[in-house]
Amino acid sequence: MLKQISVFLSNTPGILAKFTKVLLENSINLKALSVSETADFGILRILVDKTDECVKILKKNNYLTTLTDVVAVEVPDEPGALYEVARILGDNSVNIEYLYSTLIKENAMIVLRVDNNEKAVGILNNNGIKTL
Amino acid sequence: MTVYWNEKAETMPRDELEKLQGEKLQKLAKYVYENVDFYKKKFDEKGIKPEDIKSIADITKLPLTLKTDLRDHYPFGLNAVSLDEIVRIHASSGTTGKPTVVSYTRKDIDDWTELMARTVMAPGITHEDVVQNAYGYGLFTGGLGFHYGAEKVGCSVIPISGGNTERQLMIMQDFNSTVITCTPSYALYIAEYAKSQGIDVSKLALKKAICGAEPWSDNLRKTIEEVLQIDAFDIYGLSEIYGPGVSVECEEKDGMHIWEDYFIVEILDKETYEPVAEGEEGVLAFTTLEKTGIPLIRYITYDISRISKEKCKCGRTHCRMRKVTGRADDMLIVRGINVFPSQIEHALMQIPGVAGYYQIMVDRDIIDSLSVQVELTPDTFSDEMKVLENFRNEIENKLFSILQVKATVELVAPGTLPRTEGKAKHVIDNRSKNI
Repeated sequence: MLKQISVFLSNTPGILAKFTKVLLENSINLKALSVSETADFGILRILVDKTDECVKILKKNNYLTTLTDVVAVEVPDEPGALYEVARILGDNSVNIEYLYSTLIKENAMIVLRVDNNEKAVGILNNNGIKTL
Repeated sequence: MTVYWNEKAETMPRDELEKLQGEKLQKLAKYVYENVDFYKKKFDEKGIKPEDIKSIADITKLPLTLKTDLRDHYPFGLNAVSLDEIVRIHASSGTTGKPTVVSYTRKDIDDWTELMARTVMAPGITHEDVVQNAYGYGLFTGGLGFHYGAEKVGCSVIPISGGNTERQLMIMQDFNSTVITCTPSYALYIAEYAKSQGIDVSKLALKKAICGAEPWSDNLRKTIEEVLQIDAFDIYGLSEIYGPGVSVECEEKDGMHIWEDYFIVEILDKETYEPVAEGEEGVLAFTTLEKTGIPLIRYITYDISRISKEKCKCGRTHCRMRKVTGRADDMLIVRGINVFPSQIEHALMQIPGVAGYYQIMVDRDIIDSLSVQVELTPDTFSDEMKVLENFRNEIENKLFSILQVKATVELVAPGTLPRTEGKAKHVIDNRSKNI
């Protein structure tokens, strides 16, 4: 399991630029990210190289943040890879709240927020899927 | 030809009218002194007796009544009679969580009906008209007030209440409504909606609208009159003083006649509450001359206007008030509903996790919209969108239950809303730009 940082951002121009500038100034590298939005606000979810340091810096800069355990799996970058993951979780009644993905080298990394992390990791591993 | 509901009363020479007001004021002073503890105490504190009131000029000797006095005696503490004699109870917004309550005796309902009958007829509406009453029926006084008055006149009254514009237009077409009664912004909304549905308003039987419950400009009147091809008339009232029917425009559209045989109106300085010179602008204060349920003496409305006692071309002698130009307090009127910023603050503070920072925005794009920005806190922030959306819905539901008008809630990051030293500016009202 990995620690994901979620950040509350207003849905207005320039907010993401201001946020990523803070990361740049503190040499924090983004590994994966996603943004969900409503009309007036968004939640930015990120995986970074220096999680604890990043949280401290964001709090210092008055960002609302929270840490969430997420399941990350490494799968081949080919058709059917997400299907496998989704099928295994679905067959075992694990509900997915949200997910996003990124490429790592030749493979794809899928980051999942599910209703039962331990169970998800167990069944994915049992089915030969590598979790990070 | 001017039509009157009560020609004798409405055209009474001013000297007779003022003499009558003086006589009624004497009786009223005695009535409240004997029946309302609050007033007895106030009279005693000022060292006045009912016998000291001999004419209308003596009114300035009497104590003032404020909206907070109604709140402090919630719900029935200012009533002059027991609930046994009360036949109806209405309520409007209070400054905090509790509404302002008004109790009516049978006589009060009859008197209000008389005033509303005059009010309906003053713009030239008669028993031949079909009146589509789109004011809300309920605790709000608009719906029932108009209903009783128009029915008394003999109009065919359609008690459709507010909302459901599609049905309003269907009824208007099918029943040949000649008059609509609603807020000015709703009249405009109906017109816009008719246009979007391809309804030709020139084919409607509609001739007149009586619009009130919120401030509107002469420009908005012109727009409503053009788009609906009707005449639109302004009306004024407040639930504490019965409801609608305190004053209304006649066919001259040159100020609203205040029914002075039922009220004494004063214009007071908005700071000192001392009477201003005749014709000057100030806060409207009303004394109810006939109310028996909850009689009010020199009730401060916080509405700013001025009056003219000049005789009107319509023949009515009762003085005319100008459109209300503003408020001496921070009350907002949103879609005809009174909203106090303090109510919003009170509602927000009841929700765990809401920080003390908020901002209220009011806009008008045909109809009014109210939105409240609320700062999130670390305790309420969640990674899950649905948790935040539920939190926002919870605040919206709470606000609706207290305000009775929908407010859109916008969650914002901590530190987003302006911090000011001293009194925070909680309200941004953008409507004046396009009212």
